Amino acid sequence: MSLDREQKEGTEVLLMGNEAIARGALEAGVRVAAGYPGTPSSEIIETLSRFSEAGKLYVEWSTNEKVAMEVAAAASFAGLRSLCVMKQNGVNVASDFLLHLTGSGTRGGMILITCDDPGALSSVNEGESRHFARLMEIPLIEPADFQEAKEMTRWAFDLSEQIRNVVMVRSVTRMSHASGNVVLGILPTLKGKAEFLCDGPLTDPVRGPVTSAPVIAKHRLQQEKLQKAVALFEESPFNTYQGPEKPELLIITSSACTLYSREAVSLLRAEGRVGILKLGTTWPLPPALLKRHLLRTKNVLIVEEVLPFLEDQVKILCAEQAREIGIKTFYGKNDGALPMVGELNPDLVAAAIGRILGIDPPAIPAEYGEKLRGLTEFLPKRDQTFCPGCPHRASYWAIREALQRDHRGGFVCGDIGCYAMAALFQAAGFHTAKTLHAMGSGTGIASGFGKLGPFGMTQPVLAVCGDSTFYHAAIPALINAVHQRADMTFVVLDNSGTAMTGFQSHPGLDVNAMGEAAPMVDIAALCRAMGVPVTILDPFELIETRETLNRLLEQPEVKVLILKQSCALSPEKKGKKRFSMRVDETRCRGEDCGCNRLCTRIFRCPGLLWNQEQKRAEIDEVICAGCGFCVRICPAEAIRSEEAVKP
Amino acid sequence: MKETLAKDPYNIVITGVGGQGNVMASRVLSNMLVRKGFKVTIGETFGMSQRGGSVMSHIRVSSESVWSPQIPKGGADLIVAIEPIEGIRVLAGYGNRSVKVVVNLRPIYPVGVITGEEEYPSEETIRAKVTALAAEARFLAATEEAIRLGNPILGNIIMIGAVAGLGVLPIDRDLFESVIRDGMPAARVEVNLRAFAIGEAFVFSVKEEKQ
Ligand code: SF4
Ligand code: SF4
Repeated sequence: MSLDREQKEGTEVLLMGNEAIARGALEAGVRVAAGYPGTPSSEIIETLSRFSEAGKLYVEWSTNEKVAMEVAAAASFAGLRSLCVMKQNGVNVASDFLLHLTGSGTRGGMILITCDDPGALSSVNEGESRHFARLMEIPLIEPADFQEAKEMTRWAFDLSEQIRNVVMVRSVTRMSHASGNVVLGILPTLKGKAEFLCDGPLTDPVRGPVTSAPVIAKHRLQQEKLQKAVALFEESPFNTYQGPEKPELLIITSSACTLYSREAVSLLRAEGRVGILKLGTTWPLPPALLKRHLLRTKNVLIVEEVLPFLEDQVKILCAEQAREIGIKTFYGKNDGALPMVGELNPDLVAAAIGRILGIDPPAIPAEYGEKLRGLTEFLPKRDQTFCPGCPHRASYWAIREALQRDHRGGFVCGDIGCYAMAALFQAAGFHTAKTLHAMGSGTGIASGFGKLGPFGMTQPVLAVCGDSTFYHAAIPALINAVHQRADMTFVVLDNSGTAMTGFQSHPGLDVNAMGEAAPMVDIAALCRAMGVPVTILDPFELIETRETLNRLLEQPEVKVLILKQSCALSPEKKGKKRFSMRVDETRCRGEDCGCNRLCTRIFRCPGLLWNQEQKRAEIDEVICAGCGFCVRICPAEAIRSEEAVKP
Repeated sequence: MKETLAKDPYNIVITGVGGQGNVMASRVLSNMLVRKGFKVTIGETFGMSQRGGSVMSHIRVSSESVWSPQIPKGGADLIVAIEPIEGIRVLAGYGNRSVKVVVNLRPIYPVGVITGEEEYPSEETIRAKVTALAAEARFLAATEEAIRLGNPILGNIIMIGAVAGLGVLPIDRDLFESVIRDGMPAARVEVNLRAFAIGEAFVFSVKEEKQ
């Protein structure tokens, strides 16, 4: 059902946007692919890893996005086609290297794929990667459907080789995680050996050393490359116009917004009044092409998600060409026609077009609308929480109890991973996690809090960090905390995998992205090498964990506690119950118990239910993962476990 | 079995809760339709869905073109609810007078219900609300049937079988078999075929009863 080696060229298959991107890279003959997992980008490397083969295609999950980009760049320097993949905020991490790479230029075609997440469907930011293309002076292209996702990715490698610089391919959640029909192309025979030619002069782009110096000369060259890209963009088949010769309104759009715009026009039956200029090449804009279409009408609506990137560029172009194309009326983000935050959809675009042209979007019939009234309010919300059997719930429970006993108002600096849920949904982390920012930032922030004692701060500080996040960005912050003697307790929530994004490998595991055996880099050993005491515990051992935490909270400087227990969804655990659970009705005190339904009201594992009629807790057989931890939280010893019988 | 679509694009929403096999159900159904020669676009909202959140797949089926991965409001032709209140949630956003709905009656309680802060509607209320909002509504105990087959997750395939039973799409058991044979280990094919057949038979058995 998904992409495989056997599929013949010309076959039409259903592919996820990310699979289509991966297929495009394979059809381009990519040899090295590196990335760091992040929703919605992860399936690209996952798909490629299934096609990896020694000497043909090397695929890795790098420790972070900057390293991924460096690894891909090395392959390009050695003449191979390469790519790096990341989600929007990953580009921030890689951007320091990117600044220098775009100055030095590349050799084998190299593309940077970023998957943005308008609406923050699975992010803690609505970051925009498009601006980086402008900032770094490299071309930006954006597919608008699944076939294009494949074709444009393939073409991006050619473009990169033509201009000898990185090309940025941007997708969004609604492309990457959507699926559609794709006709497969030919997989090339891979040839060419890796060799880094570096004996020539500094200014020789194919035989010299690769550096961004001499800076001014290289910067000038970089801008010439960009102009070359613009010239190619003028003729690109990925920029298309659909609509009447002289529309009342011209929509300029790209990416998934193209599909929303088409649907919106069809919802309003405004095909005769609105034209859509869909741009595949969004930076730099090709001026002659834009001019041709801007001459069609006076009214321009720019449809794009999050910030007005395209809108700004179109306005600049219009100002430059005002003499020839006349004065335009612009609609988009800045005038409020479309919202400045959140993702778009066909309805929002239809409403905007409707307001501009005075068309009412199709309305819900009154009597049906009447039936819908109050419907959503009546439904219980579905907050996200940790999975049944999740070790993070146990870890936060121990932290909660330790902080309660500590009495000094201590708190946790959160970080990125499933355990971020503790900060996003306060009840999920029992109200302990109080900051949440970028990968590794919890550790850096805790390092800062840990120096505020002399200013009168008495609250103990904890930082949590997952195993994958530890390698990604927490190490420099931890070294800082150790060296500065910051007072903090550093808790590694080690669940043996990048659980949040689907168990990608990382340096703490004994297998790499291609399924080969790999040396493990031990977190405890690294911490000990920094000269700090390390304790390793199983978070399911509540009392020991809590008591250890209380002891560590009393001690000065950096202390490390590694809470090791694999994720409830990990392949070795998923679908297998360790314990079979039940609640002893005779012991459960129900609402009357002093603990006031501690298990269902506070602990909130979805495997535990509150039976309204019986006024007793019970186990939901379908949901409970059989981890056995709740036995430890019930003060009445009403929750019982038995070793499950192996099927 | 019709070979053409009742409407173009024909809009299907499959909804449920993370862990119920929503994404797999949408992929299987869509692959069946691609094999029939249709252009299918699936839009999936499954960000952090593994962790108990709502999951929703929008499937657009067309003879001609790619459609937006988000169905316009009020635009669903068929809603497949693997979890009952998620079905009502989708009806609130995408329902209309001609929508058909298939509901698995097994609730997955949200945390707010587990904690007693919120109340989960009774089965009667669920049936009444869905019936009032749909042109045609079918209710199945898919999870219970799936448990009987040995794995609650098979509820998603029972629901796909039910969709086939409705007869609104040109899909059948053979097509289902051809799709799953390509995508799953041979040992699991048999039980999936049984699940499909249970869903299909259920809808046939209550075909005449207009809800
Ligand atoms: S054993 Fe208890 S804590 Fe573990 S999953 Fe089941 S109900 Fe939840
Ligand atoms: S199971 Fe324990 S914690 Fe829950 S209500 Fe009964 S006595 Fe209280």
